[in-house]
Amino acid sequence: MTSIILRTATLYMFPPLILFSVYLLLRGHHYPGGGFVGGLMGGAAFALYSLAFNVAAARKLLRFDPRDIAAVGLAISLLSGLPALFSGEVFLTGTWWKIPLGNGNYFDLGTPFIFDIGVYLVVLGVLLTLVFSLGEEE
Amino acid sequence: MLTLLVICFVAAFLAPLLHRLCPKYTGVLLLSAPLAMFVWLVKQIPEIMHGHPVEQTCIWVEKIGLELAFRLDGLSLLFALLISGIGMLILLYTQGYFKGHPQQGRFLMYITAFMASMLGVVFADNLLLIFIFWELTSFTSYLLIGFNHESEDARKAALQAMLVTVLGGLFLLGGLILMADAAGTWRLSELIQRGSELVAHKNYLPILILVCIGAFTKSAQFPFHFWLPNAMQAPTPASAYLHSSTMVKAGVYLLARLSPALGGTEEWMLILTTIGATTFLVGAVMALGQHVLKRLLAYTTVSALGAMIMLLGIGTDYTIKAMAVFVLAHAFYKATLFMVAGGITHETGGETSIDKLGGLRKAMPISFICALLAGLSMGGFIPFFGFVAKELWLHALDHYVLLVIATVIGGAAYVLVGLSVGLKPFVGKMPDGLRAHEIPPAMRFGPIILGAGCLALSFFLKPIGHGLIEPAASAIAGKELHVHLHLWAGFNKAFMISTGTVVLGIGLFFARNTLLGMAQKLRPITKVGPDAVYDFLLKSVLNFAGWQTRNLQNGSLRHYIRISVITTTFLVIAAFIRAGGFETFEKISPLSIRISAIGILMIFATFGTVKSESRLSSILSMGVVGFSMALLFTFFGAPDLAMTQVVIETLTVILMALAFYHLPATNHISPKKTRAIDIGVAVGFGVMITVLVLAALAVQTPTPVSDYYLEHSYKEAHGRNVVNVILVDFRALDTLGEITVLTIAALGGAALLKLRPSTRRRDVLVALPQESGGDTASTKKENPS
Amino acid sequence: MEVLLAVVIGTLYGGGLYLMMRRNLVQLIIGLGLLSHGANLLIFIAAGLRQGGAPIIAEGKKVFLTLPADPLPQALILTSIVISFAVTAFALVLFLRTYQEVGTNDLDEMKETDT
Repeated sequence: MTSIILRTATLYMFPPLILFSVYLLLRGHHYPGGGFVGGLMGGAAFALYSLAFNVAAARKLLRFDPRDIAAVGLAISLLSGLPALFSGEVFLTGTWWKIPLGNGNYFDLGTPFIFDIGVYLVVLGVLLTLVFSLGEEE
Repeated sequence: MLTLLVICFVAAFLAPLLHRLCPKYTGVLLLSAPLAMFVWLVKQIPEIMHGHPVEQTCIWVEKIGLELAFRLDGLSLLFALLISGIGMLILLYTQGYFKGHPQQGRFLMYITAFMASMLGVVFADNLLLIFIFWELTSFTSYLLIGFNHESEDARKAALQAMLVTVLGGLFLLGGLILMADAAGTWRLSELIQRGSELVAHKNYLPILILVCIGAFTKSAQFPFHFWLPNAMQAPTPASAYLHSSTMVKAGVYLLARLSPALGGTEEWMLILTTIGATTFLVGAVMALGQHVLKRLLAYTTVSALGAMIMLLGIGTDYTIKAMAVFVLAHAFYKATLFMVAGGITHETGGETSIDKLGGLRKAMPISFICALLAGLSMGGFIPFFGFVAKELWLHALDHYVLLVIATVIGGAAYVLVGLSVGLKPFVGKMPDGLRAHEIPPAMRFGPIILGAGCLALSFFLKPIGHGLIEPAASAIAGKELHVHLHLWAGFNKAFMISTGTVVLGIGLFFARNTLLGMAQKLRPITKVGPDAVYDFLLKSVLNFAGWQTRNLQNGSLRHYIRISVITTTFLVIAAFIRAGGFETFEKISPLSIRISAIGILMIFATFGTVKSESRLSSILSMGVVGFSMALLFTFFGAPDLAMTQVVIETLTVILMALAFYHLPATNHISPKKTRAIDIGVAVGFGVMITVLVLAALAVQTPTPVSDYYLEHSYKEAHGRNVVNVILVDFRALDTLGEITVLTIAALGGAALLKLRPSTRRRDVLVALPQESGGDTASTKKENPS
Repeated sequence: MEVLLAVVIGTLYGGGLYLMMRRNLVQLIIGLGLLSHGANLLIFIAAGLRQGGAPIIAEGKKVFLTLPADPLPQALILTSIVISFAVTAFALVLFLRTYQEVGTNDLDEMKETDT
């Protein structure tokens, strides 16, 4: 891509896009958002980057192979189902822990949230695997 | 019982391996399986004699009557002894027949598997089980007939036998299911107890007809008899075993087995006696015109099977006894004659016509004696076992004058055939150029033992009558019968008729050349027989298949879509009309301006997508549809969907731009007519969907699931966003499945692109197509906004 | 309203189908896209149209005070959107490779190539 405008714009847009995608993931349980749309947003950011510069640069920025990301995400989702088994529940039943934040408030950490992180990574990995593969096509 | 059966099947599959390890003794090693079975069966005789059947059951799926139920009673015992006993001899015979043949292992595998299946048929005490084994015998028979798969005739005969018997098997299955339904049990032994219920049931006649068709096809009854002579393409050991002494008797066995349940009615008697007698005569008469050894024997086999069915159909105590004796006598002499016939052909370098054979008595003395014994037994000469059977048979037919006349004609033909095979090739002058040797030792066991049996059985009439025939006849009759066999019953009517038959047969034997000449003239008639009907039907089916493949599956993907869609449309419309059309709308939501605007925009955008000439404008129009969807989602309270839709639209455009860069922009326009048809199909489908949606909306279904989610989302799953909670908590397993699918799709896509022969992997600069690069870039910028 | 949306769905299905029956691979993919839009919309309105709020519980409350939109079809469609994206992407790759191997993007010419 030769457009200097696009490159410059991408450089500025990329960090907020990534931040936004993580934000979508984190708030997903209570407000619109979640792993799916977050992962798509993050993937879109990298796809934009690969268009503006090139796939090699985007791969370098990502640091991990997108296929590995998808695999790790799948593993995380799968593992998040296991804690329920220890308390005698069915696989993937939500289990919650209260994590004190110090000022009297608690943060609810639950396996569904971990599951959502896995979804995020899978969607990101899948998307980028396809985009990068097509982009590298001669 | 089950263990022994399993051993037989295992032995079958070991055959090729054994043949590789020690080719010389494969047959002998395999022999141990039927031998074990035979010994076990013999040991059961006393128990069976006292009326105590042996039973063994393994329940599998109780609810639908699936179980491995086996039962050994008198009838099963008689057949099982024949199957395993002759089976042993056949294995030995095969050893000699196929000496040095590279495919011997394969043949032994088929024939042992067949033996095991056949044993399964006679042991099975469950209707479904009997059907499974029944089909297995058809299947193994197919493999055996088609053993010489390089010969077209063999392939054709194999297919014919398979189609006829399997088609009959389907009828049988129908009959069995109806029968189980009527009797309320799948267990054969219980079913037989409920014979009176079955006979009174409204489905009795359909059951009887279906079962009869199944049995008649298998046992080569007229008009399904034609496959059996054609099946003589099989190697002789298979013919001797399957097509004379065992498989073809499966139909007889089944009818005999069911006779206490279905028999005793007028319909039963009418169907079985008519068909049986016709087959008996047709087979006997057609045998007169044959000169090929195996075909000669095949037609008499058809005839003999007809006789068994006929005797079964009459169903008096006498005929049942006569039938049981005849089954035994027939198995002995027919198997012997087949084995000798095969031996003659084998040792004379492939000569099959009896007219070209003669004077073999010096070269093949052992075969000669065996054949003569069997031939005389077949002809019913005193004091052979065949005579005992014939005597009993004539005695049983006492009141049926027509059937007695038929028996005389058929019996004379048997004499002719018995002499033709048992005597003719061995006496007279040896034709020039004919060379022969005695059959090798391994092939001698069968003919010697069985041939000797044809005579020897007559001297053990008491134990045979008491130990074998009585339990078998009792099982067929469904009540206690007492059997006393006599070799000599005095100068009664039956003996006179029997002697007359033999004399007539001898007369025919000397007039054989005249008979053959007559048969030659009658040959054209056979062209319109059932064989021709079969050929015509087969050809029609193939033509129809070809026609429908050409028209429906011509390889064009677009045509497949068209056909599927048209079919779906019509099916849905039909179902819709049958269901009685619309329900009335209870309430219809008011038309809101903004949503109407979006809807109309979507319709226009869809048309734009379809109509547009360039692919770029198509993609853009589709983008409009996508973003309109996102707007709709927003208005109807689905922010998650709206967000996802927007991002997806963007990504889709990026992906398409990347991929289309490599695809040519050339457009292929279909002819006007095709387009018109497609428009018709598409519009029809669209209208159908519209109507369907409206109909679906008119039905208000309660939403207990959704209400549960709404109620418990925060309380139990600690989440305020119910959609997200459903995805990651309530229905997390579904989502897990989905992300797995996603991963597979990605890996598949990447593999398609990356894994290819002789291509270097190289990261390249991504450049968008020259002619549309600018446009696409701007599209991409617009989208996230 | 229902009638209008039903017509929209019908149009999406019909249009998508027509495109899928064209000879060009590109049109096949676009047709597939239209078809999945139609299917999503169908699921969405099949549950009944409720212009209620989003199925998100207000801050500080534990249950809904007014009946929101049905969350179940939304969850279904969310999955469906992502899956159909993967399908489209896979189809793109597949067609690209098909074109490279077969050398044509004309479906009518492809029926002869059994490679």
